[in-house]
Amino acid sequence: MPELHFPWIEISILVPLIGALWVHMFGHRETIMTHAIVFCVATLLLTVGELLDFLFMNTFEAHDHGRLLSWIFNPRFFVIDELSAFLIPLTALIFLVVVMSTLRTKAPRFSLKLALLSETMMLATFSCRASWALIWLLIAATIPPYIELRQRKRCTRIYVLHMSVFGLLLIAGYAWFSMVEITPTTTLIPGALLTAAALLRAGIFPLHLWMTDLFEKGTFGTAILFTTPLVGAYAVMRLVLPIAPSWALQSIAVLSLITAVYAGSMALIQREARRMFCFLLLSQSSLVLVGLELVTPIGLAGALCMWLSVGLSLTGFGITLRCIEARISRVSLADYHGMYRQMPMMAGFFLLTGLAAIGFPATVGFVGMELLIEGAVDVYPLVGTLVVLAAALCGITVLMTYFRIFTGHANRTLVPMNARPTERFAVLMLSLLIVGGGLVPQPGVSSRYHAAKELTNLRQRLLGPDGSAETEHEEVLDVVEIVEVTADTH
Amino acid sequence: MISLDHTFQILGTAVIVSPMVLLAILGVSGLFNRPLSEAMISRLTQASVLLSLLPAIVILVLMLATGIRYVPIELGNWVSIPEQDFHFNLKFAFDRLSIPFLILSCVLCGVVAEFTRRYLHREEGYARFFLFYAIFFCGMVLSSLASTIETLFVGWEMVGLSSALLVAYFHERVNPVRNGQRVWSIYRLSDAAFLTAAITMHHMTGEGDFGGLMSSGVWPEGVAAIEPRQALLVGSLLLIAAAGKSGLFPFSGWLPRAMEGPTPSSAIFYGALSVHLGAYLLLRLSPILAASFTLQIMVLVLGIVSAGCGAVMSRVQSDIKVSLAYASLTQVGIIVVEIGLGLYYLALIHIIGHACLRTMQLLRAPTLLRDYQDLENQIGTRLQHEEWAGARFLPGPVQRWCYRFGFDRGFMDIALDKFVVGPFVGLMRWFDRQEQRVTDWISREPSRESEDIDLHPEEMGRAA
Repeated sequence: MPELHFPWIEISILVPLIGALWVHMFGHRETIMTHAIVFCVATLLLTVGELLDFLFMNTFEAHDHGRLLSWIFNPRFFVIDELSAFLIPLTALIFLVVVMSTLRTKAPRFSLKLALLSETMMLATFSCRASWALIWLLIAATIPPYIELRQRKRCTRIYVLHMSVFGLLLIAGYAWFSMVEITPTTTLIPGALLTAAALLRAGIFPLHLWMTDLFEKGTFGTAILFTTPLVGAYAVMRLVLPIAPSWALQSIAVLSLITAVYAGSMALIQREARRMFCFLLLSQSSLVLVGLELVTPIGLAGALCMWLSVGLSLTGFGITLRCIEARISRVSLADYHGMYRQMPMMAGFFLLTGLAAIGFPATVGFVGMELLIEGAVDVYPLVGTLVVLAAALCGITVLMTYFRIFTGHANRTLVPMNARPTERFAVLMLSLLIVGGGLVPQPGVSSRYHAAKELTNLRQRLLGPDGSAETEHEEVLDVVEIVEVTADTH
Repeated sequence: MISLDHTFQILGTAVIVSPMVLLAILGVSGLFNRPLSEAMISRLTQASVLLSLLPAIVILVLMLATGIRYVPIELGNWVSIPEQDFHFNLKFAFDRLSIPFLILSCVLCGVVAEFTRRYLHREEGYARFFLFYAIFFCGMVLSSLASTIETLFVGWEMVGLSSALLVAYFHERVNPVRNGQRVWSIYRLSDAAFLTAAITMHHMTGEGDFGGLMSSGVWPEGVAAIEPRQALLVGSLLLIAAAGKSGLFPFSGWLPRAMEGPTPSSAIFYGALSVHLGAYLLLRLSPILAASFTLQIMVLVLGIVSAGCGAVMSRVQSDIKVSLAYASLTQVGIIVVEIGLGLYYLALIHIIGHACLRTMQLLRAPTLLRDYQDLENQIGTRLQHEEWAGARFLPGPVQRWCYRFGFDRGFMDIALDKFVVGPFVGLMRWFDRQEQRVTDWISREPSRESEDIDLHPEEMGRAA
């Protein structure tokens, strides 16, 4: 396999880990935020370097250069491929903007140390292909939110219950998968277990209660960091897509579609902004899952495009809500607040990110949504139109929330609520990406389509041309390779 | 020597790019919090409208002089995946339908921009108004010239967003905001119908290009390359989209609500352009309507019912803007009837005439009483107001019912609230309660603290 020109993957995973240690040992109240931002910026730059290096190589996947840190990371697990190439910098960006938009007064509540630790685990997860390492990383990433809930002395029952089931399903599914001879019938049950785990992590109805609970009880920042990178979708791509037959995935797509409509509808009736955001995110992330599970190149391409747009736009939407919350405490949607006069820039950004999330023309989400609808209607001519309904419901929610928060009330408070420079920088960075990606979508779409095609080809090599798992599995190169690696490791 | 094709390409591109540049400038200044002066905004707007209008007129003159009836402007593929035959082609067309509508849009947008320059002088939301205006103008130009259904959808969405935001222009009051939300909700649902129609059309014909869809001839002579059954499906969806956008039955409830916006926006949106966009869509896709007799009947019925409702409702309103809005609805209903009868040129002329008249009436609406006084002063006597005798022949109870029907705005909002919104909200609230019950049970404690939060934490002196 080709190698990158620099050990980008390993160093980008290590930097936030070092950052967490640094903040733990040397972080003072005055400087802790600056230090955390510096580490996040360094991580983002490294991941961007990794992406550029990978793009110039013009290959499907690549390993790190030189295996500098092979005594820490097993080099066979960590790769960058067309699926993860854009997700890694996206994750680093999400962490950066969330950390940047944290008010200094809120730093004691939002643990920067845990955030940097989470970043390490998320980046490692997105750099890891199907293996026991990925399973453990997926499970380990659930721990920082748990620690935070405990620190806040909040009830953790719902979170623990769901995440325990998630962990158990992952371990059981992958252990089963590792032990059996790979044939279409033997992979069915482990595949089902892994699918259930991934859907639980993605918050598919009716397994989404942990998400609303986390948004309710955790800090907003942690909830955003834990949910917006769409780790559940990544688990589907790595663990389920290579082994599940098309009919099974397309059946699950209907479940995701129902979740998208359900969450879109629930978002409309929420009386508090965090819960609304949670359902909006759930609806949009379910749409991404719909595209992934359609397993057609166009549906996959749409889903991969939407993955990036949802990550960017809903992170922006979330951090705006968080900025408002940081100033006035939790935002009720039962009445109008009229905050426009106090924060016109935030109002504009809120609208822009909200519109991007629903796929409004000339924003980053538009083309992805078009492709996704096209793919969904291709597979399910009637049911596929539910994607349009889900998008319409989310659209109504976005403007309703905008009106409730920023208009409808003559707010005469004299307390300044302008965006701070770091908040402004975070907002502008995301705005440029959202508008730029919307106006010039071709490079992104081409790259995502190429990735979708490669992933479809990989599936066809594994499961046969119709994806029905009817062919012999002598060619199950990657999966078998990983299973062998796993056996060696253990 | 520049060839005629090149000339068309340059002029056509100027028409399309000009409103986009205006939107980009106003958008960037807003995003970076660098407000422009009123004079600068006004000059930019005038320049943008002129740079769209003048090339459009030159194209029209050239087309008339050379006898060319169809000028395509190809700006290339915005997005394409050739292997999947997925193209988002930025293709525009100047033809007998688009040119009159484009010129009408430019003229009326120019007039309204000039009117607004004084009308909103020193208003706090001056820049905001012109930003939304730029979105609208851009959307109108794209919709008018669109040669593919996807491009038309982009323009259509922009018009919808700007409409909703302008209805809520006076955003420190609750009513305009509520009404803006209502307008947006109706638009989103009708847009969903539009998008579904576009995708369905793609699947049936393999392309969204109007030229390909019509298979032969330019507007209005094209013949739809789909079967009557397919035409009925696509046409029905488009009819829902058009009804939502033009406020036709049963979506007319948002029309009076939209009058909460400032007068210039009411004039340009609900008197002149936006309200005709649904009819324009039907005209643009008229070959599809012609392909199915059932669909034609549906169009006729929709037009007749809308015109009838509009006529009754406009007669009992106490607000001049609302009365004018319903009068617009009546005319749009008649235009839809004309489209259903296949009288496309008549419908186009009707749109142009009606849009100009209604813009003038709405722009004069704030000074209506003064106008009446001036008129009475000029003629030296009171104006006579004769009662409308049209309903005299009806029995008393029917007359009273008609009055109630008109006064309650056709019970349309009430019906939508009672039969659509109410059950939907009720159902989702039930799901919400069940979720709460389950989470409370697992947590062994009340889990929904977000229900108890302060309604107005931002009030004076209470912000963090």
